[in-house]
Amino acid sequence: MAKIKGLKCRECGRPYPAEPLHVCEFCFGPLEVEYDYATLQKIVTRKRIEAGPCGMTPLIRARNLADALGAKEVYIKNDAVCHPTLSFKDRVVAVAVTKAMEFGFTVVACASTGNLANSVAAHAAEARLKSFIFIPADLEQGKIVGTLIYDPVLVAVDGNYDEVNRLCSEVADKYGWAFVNINIRPYYAEGSKSFGYEIVEQLGWRTPRHIVVPAAGGSLVTKIWKGLKEFHGLGLIPDCATRMHVAQAAGSSPIVTAIRNRSETIRPVRPNTICKSLAIGNPADGYYAYKAVEESRGSAADPSDDEIIAGMALLAATEGVFTETAGGVTVAAAKRLLEDGVIPRDESVVLSITGNGLKTQEVVGGVLKPPLSIKPTLKSFDAVIAERPDLGADVVSRASNTRRG
Amino acid sequence: MSVLVRIPTPLRTLTNGQAEVHAEGSSIRELIENLEGRYKGLKERLCEGKDIRRFINVYVNEEDIRFLQGTATPLKPGDRVSIVPAIAGGK
Repeated sequence: MAKIKGLKCRECGRPYPAEPLHVCEFCFGPLEVEYDYATLQKIVTRKRIEAGPCGMTPLIRARNLADALGAKEVYIKNDAVCHPTLSFKDRVVAVAVTKAMEFGFTVVACASTGNLANSVAAHAAEARLKSFIFIPADLEQGKIVGTLIYDPVLVAVDGNYDEVNRLCSEVADKYGWAFVNINIRPYYAEGSKSFGYEIVEQLGWRTPRHIVVPAAGGSLVTKIWKGLKEFHGLGLIPDCATRMHVAQAAGSSPIVTAIRNRSETIRPVRPNTICKSLAIGNPADGYYAYKAVEESRGSAADPSDDEIIAGMALLAATEGVFTETAGGVTVAAAKRLLEDGVIPRDESVVLSITGNGLKTQEVVGGVLKPPLSIKPTLKSFDAVIAERPDLGADVVSRASNTRRG
Repeated sequence: MSVLVRIPTPLRTLTNGQAEVHAEGSSIRELIENLEGRYKGLKERLCEGKDIRRFINVYVNEEDIRFLQGTATPLKPGDRVSIVPAIAGGK
Protein backbone atom coordinates (compact mmCIF):
# COMPACT_ATOMS: atom_id res chain seq x y z
CA MET A 1 0.00 0.00 0.00
CA ALA A 2 1.62 3.26 -1.14
CA LYS A 3 2.07 5.73 1.66
CA ILE A 4 3.86 8.38 -0.39
CA LYS A 5 2.12 10.18 -3.20
CA GLY A 6 5.30 11.84 -4.43
CA LEU A 7 7.07 15.14 -3.90
CA LYS A 8 5.46 18.54 -3.86
CA CYS A 9 6.82 22.09 -3.98
CA ARG A 10 6.24 23.79 -0.65
CA GLU A 11 5.89 27.13 -2.40
CA CYS A 12 3.87 26.70 -5.58
CA GLY A 13 2.42 23.23 -4.98
CA ARG A 14 3.68 21.69 -8.23
CA PRO A 15 3.81 17.88 -7.95
CA TYR A 16 6.94 15.83 -8.70
CA PRO A 17 7.63 12.11 -8.72
CA ALA A 18 9.35 10.55 -5.67
CA GLU A 19 12.83 10.76 -7.15
CA PRO A 20 16.14 12.34 -6.09
CA LEU A 21 14.95 15.90 -6.66
CA HIS A 22 15.04 18.75 -4.21
CA VAL A 23 14.01 22.02 -5.82
CA CYS A 24 11.01 23.04 -7.85
CA GLU A 25 12.04 23.56 -11.44
CA PHE A 26 9.74 26.53 -11.69
CA CYS A 27 10.07 28.59 -8.50
CA PHE A 28 13.09 26.94 -6.82
CA GLY A 29 11.02 26.23 -3.74
CA PRO A 30 11.97 23.16 -1.69
CA LEU A 31 10.31 19.86 -2.52
CA GLU A 32 8.74 17.93 0.31
CA VAL A 33 7.44 14.39 0.61
CA GLU A 34 3.69 14.27 0.20
CA TYR A 35 2.03 11.44 2.12
CA ASP A 36 -1.25 9.67 1.63
CA TYR A 37 -2.55 10.52 5.09
CA ALA A 38 -5.88 8.77 4.48
CA THR A 39 -4.00 5.50 4.01
CA LEU A 40 -1.70 6.19 6.93
CA GLN A 41 -4.65 6.88 9.19
CA LYS A 42 -5.85 3.33 8.62
CA ILE A 43 -2.59 1.67 9.55
CA VAL A 44 -0.77 3.93 12.04
CA THR A 45 -1.86 3.44 15.62
CA ARG A 46 -0.29 4.06 19.02
CA LYS A 47 -0.12 0.33 19.58
CA ARG A 48 1.67 -0.28 16.31
CA ILE A 49 4.20 2.47 17.02
CA GLU A 50 4.82 1.24 20.56
CA ALA A 51 5.49 -2.25 19.21
CA GLY A 52 8.66 -0.97 17.53
CA PRO A 53 11.03 -2.22 16.20
CA CYS A 54 12.84 1.12 16.43
CA GLY A 55 14.65 2.11 19.61
CA MET A 56 14.64 5.62 21.00
CA THR A 57 17.03 8.02 22.63
CA PRO A 58 16.26 8.83 26.29
CA LEU A 59 13.79 11.47 27.36
CA ILE A 60 15.01 12.36 30.85
CA ARG A 61 12.98 14.17 33.49
CA ALA A 62 15.65 16.72 34.41
CA ARG A 63 14.74 17.56 38.02
CA ASN A 64 18.14 18.95 38.99
CA LEU A 65 18.31 21.16 35.94
CA ALA A 66 14.73 22.27 36.56
CA ASP A 67 15.72 23.32 40.08
CA ALA A 68 18.70 25.24 38.73
CA LEU A 69 16.54 26.98 36.14
CA GLY A 70 13.69 27.63 38.55
CA ALA A 71 11.30 25.64 36.38
CA LYS A 72 8.78 22.99 37.32
CA GLU A 73 8.88 20.40 34.56
CA VAL A 74 11.98 20.14 32.37
CA TYR A 75 12.94 17.22 30.12
CA ILE A 76 16.09 16.47 28.16
CA LYS A 77 15.65 14.69 24.84
CA ASN A 78 19.12 13.24 24.71
CA ASP A 79 20.37 12.65 21.19
CA ALA A 80 23.92 12.94 22.50
CA VAL A 81 23.64 9.15 22.63
CA CYS A 82 22.07 8.64 19.22
CA HIS A 83 23.24 5.51 17.40
CA PRO A 84 25.77 5.17 15.85
CA THR A 85 27.52 8.59 15.84
CA LEU A 86 26.15 10.40 18.90
CA SER A 87 24.08 13.15 17.29
CA PHE A 88 20.56 13.63 15.92
CA LYS A 89 22.03 13.49 12.42
CA ASP A 90 21.82 9.70 12.69
CA ARG A 91 18.07 10.11 12.32
CA VAL A 92 18.18 11.99 9.03
CA VAL A 93 21.05 10.00 7.57
CA ALA A 94 19.32 6.69 8.27
CA VAL A 95 16.48 7.85 6.03
CA ALA A 96 18.72 9.51 3.44
CA VAL A 97 21.08 6.56 2.95
CA THR A 98 18.15 4.16 2.76
CA LYS A 99 16.61 6.26 0.02
CA ALA A 100 19.97 6.65 -1.75
CA MET A 101 20.25 2.86 -1.88
CA GLU A 102 16.68 2.53 -3.12
CA PHE A 103 17.50 4.96 -5.92
CA GLY A 104 20.56 2.92 -6.84
CA PHE A 105 23.29 5.39 -5.90
CA THR A 106 26.72 4.00 -5.12
CA VAL A 107 28.18 7.25 -3.76
CA VAL A 108 26.73 9.32 -0.93
CA ALA A 109 27.97 12.77 0.00
CA CYS A 110 27.23 15.78 2.17
CA ALA A 111 28.22 19.27 3.19
CA SER A 112 28.62 19.27 6.92
CA THR A 113 29.52 21.21 10.05
CA GLY A 114 30.68 17.93 11.60
CA ASN A 115 27.89 15.79 12.98
CA LEU A 116 26.47 15.06 9.56
CA ALA A 117 29.98 14.18 8.36
CA ASN A 118 30.30 11.59 11.14
CA SER A 119 26.93 10.10 10.40
CA VAL A 120 27.14 9.95 6.61
CA ALA A 121 30.61 8.37 6.78
CA ALA A 122 29.43 5.77 9.31
CA HIS A 123 26.21 4.87 7.51
CA ALA A 124 28.03 4.69 4.17
CA ALA A 125 30.58 2.30 5.66
CA GLU A 126 27.84 0.04 6.98
CA ALA A 127 25.95 0.22 3.67
CA ARG A 128 29.16 -0.43 1.69
CA LEU A 129 28.78 2.81 -0.22
CA LYS A 130 31.57 5.21 -1.12
CA SER A 131 31.28 8.59 0.59
CA PHE A 132 32.57 12.08 -0.12
CA ILE A 133 32.32 14.41 2.86
CA PHE A 134 32.86 18.17 2.54
CA ILE A 135 33.60 20.18 5.68
CA PRO A 136 35.01 23.58 6.63
CA ALA A 137 38.71 22.98 7.33
CA ASP A 138 38.56 24.50 10.83
CA LEU A 139 36.19 21.94 12.39
CA GLU A 140 36.81 20.49 15.85
CA GLN A 141 39.30 17.62 15.89
CA GLY A 142 36.75 15.24 17.39
CA LYS A 143 34.50 15.69 14.41
CA ILE A 144 37.33 15.23 11.93
CA VAL A 145 38.63 12.06 13.60
CA GLY A 146 35.06 10.88 14.10
CA THR A 147 34.64 11.06 10.33
CA LEU A 148 38.02 9.77 9.14
CA ILE A 149 37.71 6.56 11.16
CA TYR A 150 35.06 5.36 8.68
CA ASP A 151 37.48 5.91 5.76
CA PRO A 152 35.46 8.29 3.57
CA VAL A 153 36.97 10.79 1.16
CA LEU A 154 37.05 13.79 3.50
CA VAL A 155 37.40 17.12 1.74
CA ALA A 156 38.46 19.96 4.05
CA VAL A 157 37.47 23.19 2.35
CA ASP A 158 39.25 26.45 3.09
CA GLY A 159 36.04 28.35 3.77
CA ASN A 160 33.04 28.57 6.08
CA TYR A 161 30.05 26.24 5.97
CA ASP A 162 28.03 28.47 3.66
CA GLU A 163 30.88 28.39 1.16
CA VAL A 164 31.16 24.61 1.52
CA ASN A 165 27.43 24.30 1.00
CA ARG A 166 27.46 26.42 -2.09
CA LEU A 167 30.35 24.42 -3.50
CA CYS A 168 28.46 21.21 -2.83
CA SER A 169 25.39 22.48 -4.67
CA GLU A 170 27.58 22.81 -7.74
CA VAL A 171 29.38 19.50 -7.14
CA ALA A 172 26.01 17.75 -6.77
CA ASP A 173 24.91 19.29 -10.02
CA LYS A 174 27.98 18.02 -11.84
CA TYR A 175 28.80 14.65 -10.27
CA GLY A 176 25.36 13.15 -9.77
CA TRP A 177 26.05 11.65 -6.33
CA ALA A 178 23.47 11.25 -3.59
CA PHE A 179 24.13 14.38 -1.54
CA VAL A 180 22.03 13.62 1.49
CA ASN A 181 21.30 17.25 2.30
CA ILE A 182 20.96 18.42 -1.29
CA ASN A 183 19.31 16.15 -3.85
CA ILE A 184 18.16 13.62 -1.20
CA ARG A 185 17.08 16.43 1.11
CA PRO A 186 13.29 15.93 0.88
CA TYR A 187 13.69 12.43 2.36
CA TYR A 188 16.61 13.25 4.65
CA ALA A 189 14.71 16.07 6.32
CA GLU A 190 11.78 13.80 7.15
CA GLY A 191 14.06 11.85 9.49
CA SER A 192 14.05 14.77 11.93
CA LYS A 193 10.36 14.22 12.61
CA SER A 194 11.21 11.13 14.64
CA PHE A 195 12.72 13.43 17.28
CA GLY A 196 9.27 14.90 17.88
CA TYR A 197 7.46 11.58 17.48
CA GLU A 198 9.58 10.05 20.25
CA ILE A 199 9.00 12.96 22.64
CA VAL A 200 5.25 12.50 22.29
CA GLU A 201 5.38 8.75 22.77
CA GLN A 202 7.76 9.02 25.74
CA LEU A 203 5.50 11.57 27.43
CA GLY A 204 2.65 9.08 27.27
CA TRP A 205 1.09 10.38 24.08
CA ARG A 206 0.97 14.00 25.03
CA THR A 207 2.84 17.01 23.78
CA PRO A 208 5.00 19.25 25.96
CA ARG A 209 3.99 22.89 26.23
CA HIS A 210 7.39 24.02 24.94
CA ILE A 211 10.26 22.58 22.92
CA VAL A 212 13.56 24.46 22.63
CA VAL A 213 15.44 23.49 19.48
CA PRO A 214 18.89 24.52 18.25
CA ALA A 215 18.90 25.84 14.70
CA ALA A 216 21.54 26.12 12.02
CA GLY A 217 19.80 25.60 8.67
CA GLY A 218 16.43 25.57 10.44
CA SER A 219 15.29 22.13 9.33
CA LEU A 220 15.05 20.38 12.72
CA VAL A 221 12.62 22.81 14.34
CA THR A 222 10.54 22.83 11.16
CA LYS A 223 10.30 19.06 11.02
CA ILE A 224 9.63 18.51 14.74
CA TRP A 225 6.71 20.88 14.37
CA LYS A 226 5.55 19.04 11.26
CA GLY A 227 5.80 15.73 13.11
CA LEU A 228 3.63 16.96 15.97
CA LYS A 229 1.01 18.21 13.53
CA GLU A 230 1.06 14.89 11.70
CA PHE A 231 0.45 12.98 14.93
CA HIS A 232 -2.46 15.27 15.67
CA GLY A 233 -3.80 14.90 12.13
CA LEU A 234 -3.61 11.12 12.39
CA GLY A 235 -5.56 11.21 15.64
CA LEU A 236 -2.67 9.93 17.76
CA ILE A 237 -2.73 12.94 20.10
CA PRO A 238 -5.72 15.05 21.10
CA ASP A 239 -4.09 18.42 20.56
CA CYS A 240 -0.93 20.11 19.36
CA ALA A 241 -0.45 23.18 21.52
CA THR A 242 3.33 23.02 21.75
CA ARG A 243 5.22 26.27 21.33
CA MET A 244 8.45 25.90 19.34
CA HIS A 245 11.44 28.00 20.42
CA VAL A 246 14.57 28.47 18.28
CA ALA A 247 18.03 28.61 19.85
CA GLN A 248 21.03 29.98 17.96
CA ALA A 249 24.43 31.28 19.00
CA ALA A 250 24.65 35.08 19.13
CA GLY A 251 27.49 34.91 16.62
CA SER A 252 25.30 33.17 14.04
CA SER A 253 21.64 33.97 14.55
CA PRO A 254 19.91 34.98 11.33
CA ILE A 255 16.76 33.04 12.23
CA VAL A 256 16.54 34.47 15.74
CA THR A 257 17.01 37.95 14.31
CA ALA A 258 14.18 37.43 11.84
CA ILE A 259 11.88 36.14 14.59
CA ARG A 260 12.80 39.03 16.86
CA ASN A 261 12.14 41.53 14.04
CA ARG A 262 8.98 39.70 12.95
CA SER A 263 10.37 39.61 9.42
CA GLU A 264 9.98 36.67 7.05
CA THR A 265 13.15 37.75 5.26
CA ILE A 266 16.18 35.92 6.58
CA ARG A 267 19.23 38.15 6.25
CA PRO A 268 22.39 36.05 5.90
CA VAL A 269 25.25 36.68 8.32
CA ARG A 270 28.89 35.73 8.56
CA PRO A 271 29.11 33.32 11.51
CA ASN A 272 31.47 34.02 14.37
CA THR A 273 30.89 31.62 17.25
CA ILE A 274 32.50 28.73 19.10
CA CYS A 275 29.42 26.72 18.17
CA LYS A 276 30.61 25.44 14.82
CA SER A 277 27.80 22.94 14.36
CA LEU A 278 25.32 25.84 14.26
CA ALA A 279 27.56 28.20 12.30
CA ILE A 280 25.39 28.54 9.23
CA GLY A 281 24.90 32.13 8.20
CA ASN A 282 22.61 31.42 5.27
CA PRO A 283 20.01 28.95 6.59
CA ALA A 284 18.26 26.98 3.87
CA ASP A 285 15.14 26.41 5.97
CA GLY A 286 15.31 29.68 7.86
CA TYR A 287 12.03 30.87 6.39
CA TYR A 288 10.24 27.69 7.42
CA ALA A 289 11.78 27.78 10.90
CA TYR A 290 10.40 31.29 11.18
CA LYS A 291 6.97 30.04 10.10
CA ALA A 292 7.05 27.13 12.59
CA VAL A 293 7.75 29.56 15.42
CA GLU A 294 5.10 31.97 14.21
CA GLU A 295 2.47 29.26 13.78
CA SER A 296 3.16 27.70 17.18
CA ARG A 297 3.42 31.09 18.92
CA GLY A 298 6.96 30.31 19.97
CA SER A 299 9.98 32.53 20.35
CA ALA A 300 13.77 32.57 20.04
CA ALA A 301 16.95 33.38 21.92
CA ASP A 302 20.60 33.70 20.95
CA PRO A 303 22.98 33.30 23.90
CA SER A 304 26.60 34.44 23.79
CA ASP A 305 29.55 32.07 23.60
CA ASP A 306 30.14 32.45 27.34
CA GLU A 307 26.51 31.55 28.02
CA ILE A 308 26.87 28.53 25.72
CA ILE A 309 29.81 27.18 27.71
CA ALA A 310 27.92 27.88 30.93
CA GLY A 311 24.96 26.00 29.49
CA MET A 312 27.12 22.97 28.71
CA ALA A 313 28.57 23.05 32.21
CA LEU A 314 25.14 23.45 33.82
CA LEU A 315 23.71 20.44 31.99
CA ALA A 316 26.72 18.33 32.94
CA ALA A 317 26.69 19.45 36.59
CA THR A 318 22.95 18.93 37.06
CA GLU A 319 22.08 15.94 34.88
CA GLY A 320 25.37 14.22 34.12
CA VAL A 321 24.93 14.84 30.40
CA PHE A 322 27.92 16.09 28.41
CA THR A 323 26.56 17.85 25.36
CA GLU A 324 28.35 19.64 22.57
CA THR A 325 28.16 23.38 21.99
CA ALA A 326 24.77 23.17 20.26
CA GLY A 327 23.34 21.64 23.43
CA GLY A 328 24.88 24.49 25.39
CA VAL A 329 23.04 26.87 23.08
CA THR A 330 19.76 25.09 23.83
CA VAL A 331 20.25 25.12 27.61
CA ALA A 332 21.38 28.75 27.62
CA ALA A 333 18.49 29.80 25.39
CA ALA A 334 16.00 28.01 27.64
CA LYS A 335 17.51 29.73 30.67
CA ARG A 336 17.03 33.11 29.05
CA LEU A 337 13.48 32.38 27.92
CA LEU A 338 12.56 31.26 31.44
CA GLU A 339 14.22 34.30 33.01
CA ASP A 340 12.43 36.60 30.58
CA GLY A 341 9.08 34.98 31.33
CA VAL A 342 8.64 33.91 27.70
CA ILE A 343 8.42 30.32 28.92
CA PRO A 344 6.33 30.29 32.12
CA ARG A 345 8.14 28.46 34.91
CA ASP A 346 5.19 26.16 35.65
CA GLU A 347 4.85 24.76 32.12
CA SER A 348 6.53 21.67 30.67
CA VAL A 349 9.67 22.24 28.58
CA VAL A 350 11.69 19.80 26.48
CA LEU A 351 15.28 20.78 25.68
CA SER A 352 16.63 19.29 22.46
CA ILE A 353 20.13 18.01 23.14
CA THR A 354 21.31 17.10 19.67
CA GLY A 355 24.97 16.21 20.03
CA ASN A 356 27.71 14.85 22.27
CA GLY A 357 30.27 16.93 24.15
CA LEU A 358 33.10 14.51 23.46
CA LYS A 359 33.16 15.93 19.94
CA THR A 360 33.75 19.55 20.97
CA GLN A 361 36.11 19.22 23.91
CA GLU A 362 38.26 22.15 22.78
CA VAL A 363 35.74 24.76 23.84
CA VAL A 364 35.52 23.65 27.46
CA GLY A 365 39.02 22.27 27.96
CA GLY A 366 40.41 25.67 28.89
CA VAL A 367 37.71 26.61 31.38
CA LEU A 368 37.49 23.41 33.43
CA LYS A 369 39.30 22.91 36.74
CA PRO A 370 42.57 21.04 36.15
CA PRO A 371 43.08 17.62 37.78
CA LEU A 372 45.02 17.33 41.06
CA SER A 373 48.53 16.13 40.22
CA ILE A 374 50.13 13.91 42.87
CA LYS A 375 52.71 11.15 43.38
CA PRO A 376 51.37 7.61 43.80
CA THR A 377 51.56 7.81 47.61
CA LEU A 378 49.05 8.47 50.36
CA LYS A 379 51.42 11.09 51.72
CA SER A 380 51.25 13.03 48.48
CA PHE A 381 47.46 12.81 48.41
CA ASP A 382 47.20 13.88 52.05
CA ALA A 383 49.40 16.86 51.36
CA VAL A 384 47.21 18.08 48.51
CA ILE A 385 44.05 17.59 50.55
CA ALA A 386 45.58 19.51 53.44
CA GLU A 387 46.35 22.39 51.11
CA ARG A 388 42.88 22.43 49.63
CA PRO A 389 40.15 22.60 52.30
CA ASP A 390 37.80 23.84 49.55
CA LEU A 391 37.66 20.30 48.19
CA GLY A 392 35.62 19.17 51.20
CA ALA A 393 37.57 15.93 51.49
CA ASP A 394 36.97 15.30 55.21
CA VAL A 395 37.82 11.78 56.35
CA VAL A 396 34.58 9.98 57.23
CA SER A 397 34.12 6.55 58.74
CA ARG A 398 31.80 4.15 56.94
CA ALA A 399 29.45 4.10 59.92
CA SER A 400 28.98 7.86 59.85
CA ASN A 401 28.73 8.12 56.10
CA THR A 402 25.14 9.10 55.41
CA ARG A 403 25.50 8.00 51.80
CA ARG A 404 26.35 4.39 52.55
CA GLY A 405 24.87 1.82 50.26
CA MET B 1 30.44 44.12 -21.18
CA SER B 2 30.37 40.36 -20.93
CA VAL B 3 30.16 38.29 -17.79
CA LEU B 4 29.98 34.53 -17.41
CA VAL B 5 26.82 33.21 -15.79
CA ARG B 6 26.61 29.73 -14.27
CA ILE B 7 23.15 28.24 -14.82
CA PRO B 8 21.71 25.63 -12.42
CA THR B 9 20.16 22.46 -13.77
CA PRO B 10 16.49 23.54 -13.44
CA LEU B 11 17.09 26.52 -15.74
CA ARG B 12 19.08 24.75 -18.41
CA THR B 13 15.97 23.86 -20.36
CA LEU B 14 15.84 27.60 -21.14
CA THR B 15 19.53 27.86 -22.10
CA ASN B 16 19.55 24.96 -24.54
CA GLY B 17 21.22 22.78 -21.97
CA GLN B 18 24.17 25.14 -21.45
CA ALA B 19 25.61 25.16 -17.92
CA GLU B 20 27.40 28.46 -18.52
CA VAL B 21 26.35 31.35 -20.74
CA HIS B 22 27.69 34.81 -21.49
CA ALA B 23 25.49 37.84 -20.91
CA GLU B 24 25.84 41.55 -20.46
CA GLY B 25 24.90 44.18 -17.92
CA SER B 26 26.48 46.67 -15.56
CA SER B 27 24.48 45.35 -12.62
CA ILE B 28 22.68 42.15 -11.62
CA ARG B 29 19.38 43.81 -12.49
CA GLU B 30 20.59 44.63 -16.00
CA LEU B 31 22.11 41.20 -16.36
CA ILE B 32 18.77 39.55 -15.66
CA GLU B 33 17.07 41.74 -18.27
CA ASN B 34 19.79 40.80 -20.75
CA LEU B 35 19.41 37.10 -19.96
CA GLU B 36 15.66 37.42 -20.50
CA GLY B 37 16.30 38.88 -23.95
CA ARG B 38 18.50 35.92 -24.81
CA TYR B 39 16.60 33.16 -23.04
CA LYS B 40 12.93 34.01 -22.83
CA GLY B 41 11.20 33.04 -19.60
CA LEU B 42 14.35 33.08 -17.50
CA LYS B 43 13.47 36.29 -15.65
CA GLU B 44 10.16 34.91 -14.42
CA ARG B 45 11.99 31.91 -13.02
CA LEU B 46 14.58 34.03 -11.25
CA CYS B 47 12.42 36.85 -9.96
CA GLU B 48 9.24 37.39 -8.05
CA GLY B 49 8.28 40.95 -8.84
CA LYS B 50 11.41 43.07 -8.68
CA ASP B 51 13.22 40.79 -6.27
CA ILE B 52 15.20 37.59 -6.69
CA ARG B 53 13.06 34.65 -5.54
CA ARG B 54 13.43 33.64 -1.89
CA PHE B 55 14.99 30.29 -2.68
CA ILE B 56 17.63 31.46 -5.15
CA ASN B 57 21.07 32.69 -4.16
CA VAL B 58 23.10 34.77 -6.59
CA TYR B 59 26.85 35.15 -6.25
CA VAL B 60 29.27 37.51 -7.95
CA ASN B 61 32.77 36.07 -7.87
CA GLU B 62 31.88 33.79 -4.94
CA GLU B 63 30.22 36.57 -2.90
CA ASP B 64 26.49 36.44 -2.10
CA ILE B 65 24.90 39.58 -3.54
CA ARG B 66 22.99 40.04 -0.28
CA PHE B 67 26.35 40.95 1.25
CA LEU B 68 26.91 43.39 -1.65
CA GLN B 69 24.22 45.63 -3.10
CA GLY B 70 21.57 43.07 -3.95
CA THR B 71 20.27 43.40 -7.51
CA ALA B 72 22.07 46.76 -7.76
CA THR B 73 25.43 45.02 -7.32
CA PRO B 74 27.72 46.38 -10.07
CA LEU B 75 29.38 44.06 -12.57
CA LYS B 76 32.58 44.46 -14.50
CA PRO B 77 33.94 42.59 -17.51
CA GLY B 78 35.20 39.14 -16.61
CA ASP B 79 33.02 38.74 -13.51
CA ARG B 80 31.51 35.34 -12.85
CA VAL B 81 27.91 35.16 -11.71
CA SER B 82 26.52 31.97 -10.19
CA ILE B 83 22.83 31.21 -9.73
CA VAL B 84 22.43 28.55 -7.03
CA PRO B 85 19.30 27.01 -5.51
CA ALA B 86 19.15 28.00 -1.83
CA ILE B 87 17.72 24.76 -0.52
CA ALA B 88 20.63 22.69 0.63
CA GLY B 89 22.55 21.80 3.72
CA GLY B 90 22.22 22.53 7.36
CA LYS B 91 20.65 21.28 10.56
